[in-house]
Amino acid sequence: MTSTKQEIRALNGDEAVAYAAKQCDVDVVAAYPITPQTIIVERFSEYVHNGEVDTEFICVESEHSALTACLAAAATGARTFTASASAGLALMHEILYVTSGCRAPVVMAIANRALSAPINIHCDHADSMVERDASWIQIYVENSQEAYDSIIQAFKIAEHPDVLLPTMVMLDAFYLSHTLESVNVLADEAVRRFVGTRKIPLVTNHEGRLVPFKLDPENPITIGPLALHDYYFEHKRQQEAAMQSALQKIKEIHNEYEEISGRKYGNGLIDPYRLEDAEIASICIGSTAGTTKVVVDQLRAKGVKAGLLRLRTYRPFPSQDIIQALENVEAIAVMDRSHSFGAKGGPIFHEVRHLLYDAQTRPQIVDYVYGLGGRDMSPTLIHEIYRDLERIATTKQIKTPVQFIGVRD
Amino acid sequence: MTPKKKGWKEIPIGGACWTPTTEYFTGDWRTYKPIFDPEKCNKCLLCHLYCPDAAIEWNASTEEIEFNYKYCKGCGICANECRQGAIRMVLE
Repeated sequence: MTSTKQEIRALNGDEAVAYAAKQCDVDVVAAYPITPQTIIVERFSEYVHNGEVDTEFICVESEHSALTACLAAAATGARTFTASASAGLALMHEILYVTSGCRAPVVMAIANRALSAPINIHCDHADSMVERDASWIQIYVENSQEAYDSIIQAFKIAEHPDVLLPTMVMLDAFYLSHTLESVNVLADEAVRRFVGTRKIPLVTNHEGRLVPFKLDPENPITIGPLALHDYYFEHKRQQEAAMQSALQKIKEIHNEYEEISGRKYGNGLIDPYRLEDAEIASICIGSTAGTTKVVVDQLRAKGVKAGLLRLRTYRPFPSQDIIQALENVEAIAVMDRSHSFGAKGGPIFHEVRHLLYDAQTRPQIVDYVYGLGGRDMSPTLIHEIYRDLERIATTKQIKTPVQFIGVRD
Repeated sequence: MTPKKKGWKEIPIGGACWTPTTEYFTGDWRTYKPIFDPEKCNKCLLCHLYCPDAAIEWNASTEEIEFNYKYCKGCGICANECRQGAIRMVLE
């Protein structure tokens, strides 16, 4: 390990994100404030005001415009960053697809917040889960340290010529966004060396010449115009290929980052905890993993073979890694902090259960929808889930495949 | 008219155009084709003015209009506007 010198700073999740973006030499930030993301762009605008960054900060009138400005800037070859949450991300919905379709490597932080109505500013994952099909890479972090680390990795992942997909990094509202934590930060120089300058691949232009894939008056190209039944499908197929190549790149970049920081999160895609010999396990994303680790330790102390699988990367979905990690687990509880109304459980349950159809021996699997609108997920509730798993592992019988935990009857 | 279409591995990313739009033959979209009858034409050029695709040109040497079938989408506006009934639309 050749980790470089670091210093510890007291930062909340939002500040950690802003600090990481500051060190990544971002050219353009366009953003619109929304709780609980506001601190990110507030801090960043202070950096701009104080001359600490060489960044064009564009104040816009909505999130739709914020992402449009970022997309346009990224299309000129600029390194671009924004942040949003909840209704703000929902308003970006249309442009999320335009951004990925134009292969503009915008990096965005999302402070996961519930969607209205009723209005709620607290944490659940509904806002980013509905965008899982938008061809954006999605990384969910467990703590503010990981938020800092993941933003730095995100620029390198998004801008990699084999990937070129926009990337969002999700941190749980308030649990992370507003909670002070000791965050190890790298030296500016170390981050700049790691991220480097944005590399622009070449494409064939309308004159048949190879030119940089960016809007440049010297070498004009057109990006993202009309493609109907004759070519639209081919472009979407390219995006799927980019997602598949991102699986490997996320791992590689995560490993490279470990070399300079000494920190790693599983293999960058999944982050298993005491899973090697586990008989029962839960699966979750985000900060709930931290609480669950405490519960797993308590159960292990009592001799229960409990484990946890935290999904760090949700898009691309690390199918092979998940299948391997769950190989010997007998009973699994997925914890979903969002729900697909009218469906059988939440989105993570759908995908993990679907994946296990191909497993050599199919484990028992149940879903717990929890924590909507910031409802606390206490160790007591997580213990309840593991007790249910112990029962399922013994009896091989599932009473209720989908349950809502922590809600009053 | 349009050459064989390329596969997803062959085309540039992000929808970047690898040919000028003039090589995208929108005439491929046509269902009905305009047929010109020079006997009835009084050379008013209303068809040329109305064509939304600039696909009707005036040939100075023959002193006749000419359809550019590479780009004529077959909308039929010319036939509709022609006072002389000199343009009729025929199924391709």
